[in-house]
Amino acid sequence: MASDYLYYSNIWQEEPEESNPFAAKACYCSGYDVYGQVVPQASWFEYLLLMLKGERPSEAETKLIEKLAMVLANPGPREASVRAAMNAGIVGTNHSSALMAALAVGSGQYGGAQEVSICMRLWQECGHNLELWKIRLFRPEEDERADIWLPMEHAPGFDPNGDDTPTPILQALDYLTSLAPSNGALVWLKQQRSALEEEVGYPLAISGVAAAALVDLGLNQDQGNMLYLMLRLPGAAIHSLEQKKRGWKQFPFYGSAIELADDTSPVQSPIQDNTAK
Amino acid sequence: MNHKHLLDTENRWVTTKGKAFLSDRVVMHGKNLHTELGDYEWLHLYLFSILGRDPGKNVAKMLSHYWVASSYPDAAIWPNHVTALAGTVRSTASLALMAGLSVSEASIYGRRPEVRALDFFYRAGQWCDGGGALTEFVEKEKSAGRILYGYGRPMANSDERIPHTLDKAKELGLDKGRHLKIAFEVYEHLKEKYDYSINVAAVHAGLAADMGFTCQEYQLLLTPGFVAGMAPCYQDARDRPEGSFFPVRCSSVVYDGPAKRDWNTPR
Repeated sequence: MASDYLYYSNIWQEEPEESNPFAAKACYCSGYDVYGQVVPQASWFEYLLLMLKGERPSEAETKLIEKLAMVLANPGPREASVRAAMNAGIVGTNHSSALMAALAVGSGQYGGAQEVSICMRLWQECGHNLELWKIRLFRPEEDERADIWLPMEHAPGFDPNGDDTPTPILQALDYLTSLAPSNGALVWLKQQRSALEEEVGYPLAISGVAAAALVDLGLNQDQGNMLYLMLRLPGAAIHSLEQKKRGWKQFPFYGSAIELADDTSPVQSPIQDNTAK
Repeated sequence: MNHKHLLDTENRWVTTKGKAFLSDRVVMHGKNLHTELGDYEWLHLYLFSILGRDPGKNVAKMLSHYWVASSYPDAAIWPNHVTALAGTVRSTASLALMAGLSVSEASIYGRRPEVRALDFFYRAGQWCDGGGALTEFVEKEKSAGRILYGYGRPMANSDERIPHTLDKAKELGLDKGRHLKIAFEVYEHLKEKYDYSINVAAVHAGLAADMGFTCQEYQLLLTPGFVAGMAPCYQDARDRPEGSFFPVRCSSVVYDGPAKRDWNTPR
């Protein structure tokens, strides 16, 4: 008896064990035997690009994605998605809750995956046309309609809270560019960085570097969004675990920093709000 | 722009939204949560928390009906399916429901159609205020290749919620507004010209426009909307044998990608 319900995939194929139709005897990814050949012979990043693109990547592509993954692996404990995961860590919630928190916060339009998606869409529209970039960076929306995502409040790929381009951004751009195709997005971005920064009034952000690298890897904006989300999770995970160990007493609780602007009834209790509920 | 303004909020966040003075009192939009808001129905409080004002009992009852009328305990519906999958693998209740809720911010149902439909009716109203004909606006949107959210419905030809919603709106005196009228005028045009149906997103959004919600308020208001239908789906799968919720056999994944190939074949 077969199921009435079918899933379709051009990525994954499984052959069942004779004894159990729900257990796989062999799994194939885009035609390659996963457990027989891919796991023993491919690197993690070759396999990742194979899954995303359906074809084995070149050595150059594999190197570029590996180094991009390292650039993104840990945004550090100051970054919003990692802070979200740390908040989950210190309260002793589920590990998946920590990563869900990191994914939700890391999805945003200020430094998050949605910003990367928008950048990648602009790459499709603007390519290497500097004048078009100068227009679209200030008006990146697809149209005037309201959406579940808010309108962008800054030029995508740049940091409105920045002054000069931070050194790690320049180091990442320089190194990734050295691995990238000579006529690609990273090379062009490196060439035009100063002109673009001058136009928008603030420096390039890691989201802008990542978007260009993802374009050079031949990924579309949906693939780029997913990959950016995934590649930043290691930092969220390790800092969540670290803070779980340290505990909430060593973690900032902003109670006394939050002030009510129009409080008509000042605090009467002698007990200060410096402990968590 | 630069980093200077960040210094203002590094150690201080001044707000009018509220604050928990632990061991003392809690303030929400200037009101004491326990002494002034303690008798609110929970959904009414949720409305107050988002709007910063009390929209009145009838609006709260109308919104409550939106939620009740979309609480479908059916695990075939996509977000509910996610919660049931969480149940069948014995994940936790919060993880199940939060995953289901996040999947409710979708494009073929849920938050995007709701936001887009509300935006559509506001823009339609403005178009008509400018002297344009409503049908002209609809055709302009359609010819731009835009989906007319609230019209047509995946998996069904009609929407069983509409008559109940209209009855409730009438009961609460909310059925005479301009945007609800626009919603049905658009339907009549689309039905006649393209044989489109209307779904509850159009009726809800028409009413929401008449109640004056912004698109962002509306998105927040409806975010937990399907949760009452999800909980039983989670329980149902959780209480049955592990992995037994619509198991998928290997042959049920139909492969249409490249043929088998050797990793060692030279590229």
